[in-house]
Amino acid sequence: MCEEALLRVRNLDKRFGPGCPECKERTNRNLEKNYCSVCGTVYACQDVSFDLFPGEILGIVGESGSGKSTMMQCLYFDADVSSGEATLNDPELQDENMFQLSSQKKRYIRNHKYGMVYQNPVNGLKMNFSSMGNIAEKLISAGKRNVSEMETTGNQLLESVHIPLFRSKEEPRNFSGGMQQRVQIAKALSNNPPILFLDEVTTGLDLSVQANVLDLIKKIQRESGISMVVVSHDLAVIRMLADRTVVMLNGSIIEQGLTDQILEDPQHAYTQRLVYSLL
Amino acid sequence: MMTATHFAFFDEGSKKEIRRATLKAVAIPGYQVPFASREMPIARGWGTGGLQLTLSLIGTQDTLKVIDQGADESVNAVSIKKLVQETTGVDLTEQTEAATLIQSRHRIPEVTLTEDQILVLQVPTPEPLRKVEAREYVTKRLHAEDEYSGAWLMLFEQIMKYGKTATGADHPVFVNHRYVMAPSPIPRFDNPKMHQSEALILLGAGREKKIYAIPPYTDVASLAFEDYPFTVESFAGQHCHLCGAEDVFLDELIDEATGETYYQCNDTSYCMGRLNSGERQEVVHNHV
Ligand SMILES: Nc1ncnc2c1ncn2[C@@H]1O[C@H](COP(=O)(O)OP(=O)(O)OP(=O)(O)O)[C@@H](O)[C@H]1O
Ligand SMILES: [Mg+2]
Ligand SMILES: [Zn+2]
Repeated sequence: MCEEALLRVRNLDKRFGPGCPECKERTNRNLEKNYCSVCGTVYACQDVSFDLFPGEILGIVGESGSGKSTMMQCLYFDADVSSGEATLNDPELQDENMFQLSSQKKRYIRNHKYGMVYQNPVNGLKMNFSSMGNIAEKLISAGKRNVSEMETTGNQLLESVHIPLFRSKEEPRNFSGGMQQRVQIAKALSNNPPILFLDEVTTGLDLSVQANVLDLIKKIQRESGISMVVVSHDLAVIRMLADRTVVMLNGSIIEQGLTDQILEDPQHAYTQRLVYSLL
Repeated sequence: MMTATHFAFFDEGSKKEIRRATLKAVAIPGYQVPFASREMPIARGWGTGGLQLTLSLIGTQDTLKVIDQGADESVNAVSIKKLVQETTGVDLTEQTEAATLIQSRHRIPEVTLTEDQILVLQVPTPEPLRKVEAREYVTKRLHAEDEYSGAWLMLFEQIMKYGKTATGADHPVFVNHRYVMAPSPIPRFDNPKMHQSEALILLGAGREKKIYAIPPYTDVASLAFEDYPFTVESFAGQHCHLCGAEDVFLDELIDEATGETYYQCNDTSYCMGRLNSGERQEVVHNHV
């Protein structure tokens, strides 16, 4: 692609543990899956690099424990990286490595440039605040101080994710899992972020509800042109949503390319097993 | 029991520690300074935070006033006064103007305080963000990062639920354009009195081990959305049935016999003052 990337991630490393002489050097690291059997350090993300282009949906696929959520948490600044770089093509942040910004600046990026939908709604919603309040929280964080404007925005968003307006003041803890995910999506979209992160948004939902939420995501992407990073261990979800796909294994990217290509003609042996066992 | 081995109950080391925290609080308006809250001969939650401030500040020249929800004679106020007086021998007063040190629970006196006075407020819950964030290390960080969405969110939720901000008391304020602070459970009516107050205002939470302050002449603004401006309790058209005062915080009372509602100054010494100072004639003249 000759277009300029919106989000560039380079050499992202995230380890849990101090590391030891046996595992510190990336080049001659001897790991058992993703951890060092000598010191127990977990290498959850290793040298992860990718680009996210404007208006695309990038899929991240990999088995449980491959480091998908960890990577998302790092990108959204919920967790600090061990090393690496992420830059946003944005006049306000040109070429700055976002991982090295102050926590205020990171917060600013979260509030103005990013939306996040967590694997577990508990992490993304205040369960005992109204759904409207949950959306307002993001708007307030982005500097809004007008109640009626926030209510109007909130109602529009809730409507767009098919939450009936008479339930807008209800607390999400009363909602089904699918509804909670839709409130999370509405909240994540409220500040019109250029980038939306979605971590396993359909895991744990009934199949029909899953289809529902996936349709919604697809529709939002078509209508708003927002760029998305969609994490899933489910190839069907990736197939349906992602333009391009990154395959992760034990914290590393083993393959990336157009989703169709990866599904039709996987190159890496692991991806081949993944694809053929599912097809 | 507490024989006066130490002036003002505490040993000098304890007083010093509290004063040090107080100085820091004054230096960073609205910032909650942790301190080693001590065991007191009254139960925590009954004003031990305020009492520790009072004891660390008081000198022989001081005149002390203690009020509880506007009243000087409440049991709680009386027992605090007794403890302070037994250990210091200072003069007590009920007259706001005559006091150099005023310890109060839930009210700021109606009489405007001066540079020569210090107001100590008792605080049950010092953390204005506690309802949205239970973890202390997180709220500390939110303050540090000037991240107050949570405080706004609480007001937003009240508006969603009740159509207005329903903080009966303890409506959060911005201090010196920086820290969001719990003003203690004073009515909203008293919030504006904190703004540019001539008197030093100190707030102490015994159970939560925090001291914070509003130094004299500090900007204090109550949080409010653009389209829901901050308002104080309104007593429009009402007046105190005793002294006739109108622009004060009134208690709503019900006449048991007739079932009629009537109003009375919540600040009893203010009311007494007016009754005693000849305003009475005027009042009688105006209202009877
Ligand atoms: N706080 C932590 N301390 C130690 N190890 C951790 C921590 N968090 C995650 N890990 C480890 O990092 C690795 C990656 O976990 P992660 O949750 O990112 O995987 P995932 O790809 O999202 O898996 P899933 O599909 O199950 O959601 C795992 O081996 C996990 O055990
Ligand atoms: Mg995960
Ligand atoms: Zn090791």
